[in-house]
Amino acid sequence: MATISVSAKRKTDFRRAFIPYLYLLPAFVVLGVITFYPLIYQVIISFTDFQTKDLLLGLNSPKLKFIGLQNYKDIIFGGLPVQNFEFLRVLVYNFWWAITNVILHVPAGVLIATLMNTKGIWFKKIYRAIYVLPVVIPPIVVGTVWRNIFDEQYGAMNQALTWIGQLFGSTNVVHLRWLAEYLPPISWLLPTGGLPLAYYAMMIANFWLGWPFMVLVATGALQSIPRELYEAAEIDGASKSYQFWHVTVPLLKPAMIPAAMYGFTLSFNLFNFVYFMTGGGPSRMTEILVTFAYDLVRNLRLFGAAGAFSVIIFFVVVGIFLFTNRLTRATESYAES
Amino acid sequence: MTTLTQNVKKKHWFVRFLNMDTSGSKGSGDRLPLYRQLLIQLLCLLITAEVMFPIMYIITLSLSPSGTRPSSLELFPKEISFVAFQQVLTRPTANPVDFLTLLKNSGLLSITVGAVSLLIAVSAAYAFSRFRFKLRQVLMIMIFVPLLMPAVGLSTPLFLLFNSFRLVNCPGGVTALYPFTSCTVGEVGKVIFNLRDSLLGVGIAMISTALPFAVWNLKGYLDTIPKELEEAAAIDGADTNQVFFQIVLPLALPQLAVTFFLGFIGYWQEFVLPWLFLTKPQDYTLAMTLYNMTGQYASSIPWNRFAAMAIIVALPVAIVYMILQKQIVSGLTAGGVKG
Repeated sequence: MATISVSAKRKTDFRRAFIPYLYLLPAFVVLGVITFYPLIYQVIISFTDFQTKDLLLGLNSPKLKFIGLQNYKDIIFGGLPVQNFEFLRVLVYNFWWAITNVILHVPAGVLIATLMNTKGIWFKKIYRAIYVLPVVIPPIVVGTVWRNIFDEQYGAMNQALTWIGQLFGSTNVVHLRWLAEYLPPISWLLPTGGLPLAYYAMMIANFWLGWPFMVLVATGALQSIPRELYEAAEIDGASKSYQFWHVTVPLLKPAMIPAAMYGFTLSFNLFNFVYFMTGGGPSRMTEILVTFAYDLVRNLRLFGAAGAFSVIIFFVVVGIFLFTNRLTRATESYAES
Repeated sequence: MTTLTQNVKKKHWFVRFLNMDTSGSKGSGDRLPLYRQLLIQLLCLLITAEVMFPIMYIITLSLSPSGTRPSSLELFPKEISFVAFQQVLTRPTANPVDFLTLLKNSGLLSITVGAVSLLIAVSAAYAFSRFRFKLRQVLMIMIFVPLLMPAVGLSTPLFLLFNSFRLVNCPGGVTALYPFTSCTVGEVGKVIFNLRDSLLGVGIAMISTALPFAVWNLKGYLDTIPKELEEAAAIDGADTNQVFFQIVLPLALPQLAVTFFLGFIGYWQEFVLPWLFLTKPQDYTLAMTLYNMTGQYASSIPWNRFAAMAIIVALPVAIVYMILQKQIVSGLTAGGVKG
C-alpha cells in the first residue's frame, strides 16, 4: 500500500515538474523557428563570404567559402568596403543616443504625469487623450514628417526660428542645415568625434515620440501610491517638495526603472524612426547598429558581414540586458526592504 | 499645523506652485486656487501645442488639394478639400489593388498575429508567474531575445527558410511540398504557394516582435492575482490546466485586452517584414502603402495623399487607445511594479 502511494506521489511530482515546461512550449517553438534558428544561421554565415549568388542554395551553395573570423575583423578594424564607417564610433553613438533619450524621456514623463495628477484641473480628460497621440502615429509617418519639418529650405523648424528671430528684431532668414550639415556644433561632446546637427534634430523629434509612453507608466504608478502616505507626511510637517522627493519619487522608482530599461532597449534599436528621419546620414554620423545591419543586407548585399554584424549586435545588447536586469532587481529589493 | 499653513502662505507664489500638491488629495477639498489652476492650464496648453504641432501639420497637408511639397509652415488648413482622401480610398497605390483589400490584409494580419502571440505569451507568463523550476531565469531571459535582436537583423535567414516551403504543381500532375517532397529531377513545376510570399509566412515571422513585452506585462499582472483562489480551486480537485483556463484566464481578461491592443498597434504599423517578404500586390497592407509613398527625395512624396493615408492608418488605433486609456494606464503599472 505504502509503495503504491509513494509511486503515485512520484508520478504527480514528475507531472508537476513537467507542467511549467509544457506551458512554455508554444513560446519556445515559435521563438525557435523565428528567432533562435535565424540567429544560429547568422552565426554560421558570419564565418563565410555569403553573397547574392549563394542566396538560392543557402549553406549548400558550392561556392560558399569559410573565411573564419575575417568578417569580424573587417567590421571592427574597418576593412569593409563601406565609406564613413567606424565600428567604435557607431557603437559609442548608439549608446549615447539611447542613454540621452531615456534621460530626457523619463523625467519629462514623471513631471507631466505628476502635473496631470493634480486634482481639479480643468479639461484633464481632453489633455490626457491628446497626450497619447504620438504613440499611435505610425513611426514611418513620424520619421517622414519630422524629416520635412527639419528641411533646410522648406522646413517648418527654420521658418519658425526665422519668425522668432523677427520678434526680436532680427531680419536674418534662418538656414540651418539640420540634416545635411556634418560639422558638429559642439566638437568635444563625444570621444569619437562630435555629434552632427542631425542628432539634435532627432533628439527633438524623438522627444516628441518618447515621453507620452513614460507618462502612461508614471500615471499608473502615481495612482497606486496610497494617499495615507501623503497625509502622514503632512502631519509630520513635510513640505510639498519634500513629499515629492521622499514619497513620490521613491515609490515611482519600481515602476519607472523597468520602463526606463524598456525605453533604453527600444531607443537602442529604434530602426523605423532613424531610418526614415535621416537614414543614418549625414555620412553615417547618425547611423545606429540596426540601421547599418539593414544597409549591409539591402544595399551592400554583404550577407556574411551582415551575419557577423548581427552577432556583434546580439552580444552588445545581451550585455546591456543582463546589466539592466541586475539593476532592476537591485532596486526591487530596495523597494521591498 | 497652523505654522505650516502660515509658512506656505509666506512663500512666493512661484515657490508654492513648484511645491504643488502631487498626491491628488487636497486637504481643502478638490478646488485649486485660481492662479494655480491658470498656471497649470498654461503649462498643459504648452504641452498640447508641442504634441499637436506635427499632427496639425499632417492634418493640414491631408486637407490640401495639391500633392506638392509643403513649402511654408501651415498648421491650420486654409481650404478644406477631401481630394486626397478620395484618391487614397479609390486608388491607394499604383498597383491594381483596392483600399478594402489593403484594409482586410492589415486587419487580418494584425488581429490574427496579435491573438496568437497573446495566447503564447499568456501561457508562458503563467509558467513564469506560478512555477519555480529549473532554468527559470535563463528561459525568461531567452524570451527577451526578440526585443534585443530586432527582426531586421534576422530577416535574411527567415527569408531563406520560408522560401524553401513551397507547394509546387509538377508537370506530371503531382503536387509536391518542398522541401519534403519534390518534383522529379529535371522537371520544373508551377509554384502555387510560397510560404515566404504569403500573409501566413509574414504573420509567423512577425509573432516574435511583441512577445517579450506581452510576457513581461502579463506576468506582472498574474503576479498580482492572489494565489488563494487557485489554491481553493486545487483543493476542490481542479488540475493545473483547469485552474489556468477557468480561473486565471477569466481574471486576466482586462489585462489580456490591453496587452492585445498594445501588440496590435505594432503589428498594424509593421511594414519592414511584409515589405521584404511579400511581392504580390493583393497581399499588401496599409502600412506598406505608406512606405510605398515615401521615397528617397521629399519632393517625390505625394504629400497630401501620404498625410491622408497616415490619418486613415492612425485614426482607428487612436480612437481605441483613447477609449482604453484608463485600462492601459493601470495595466502598465501592474506589469511594471512587479517586473
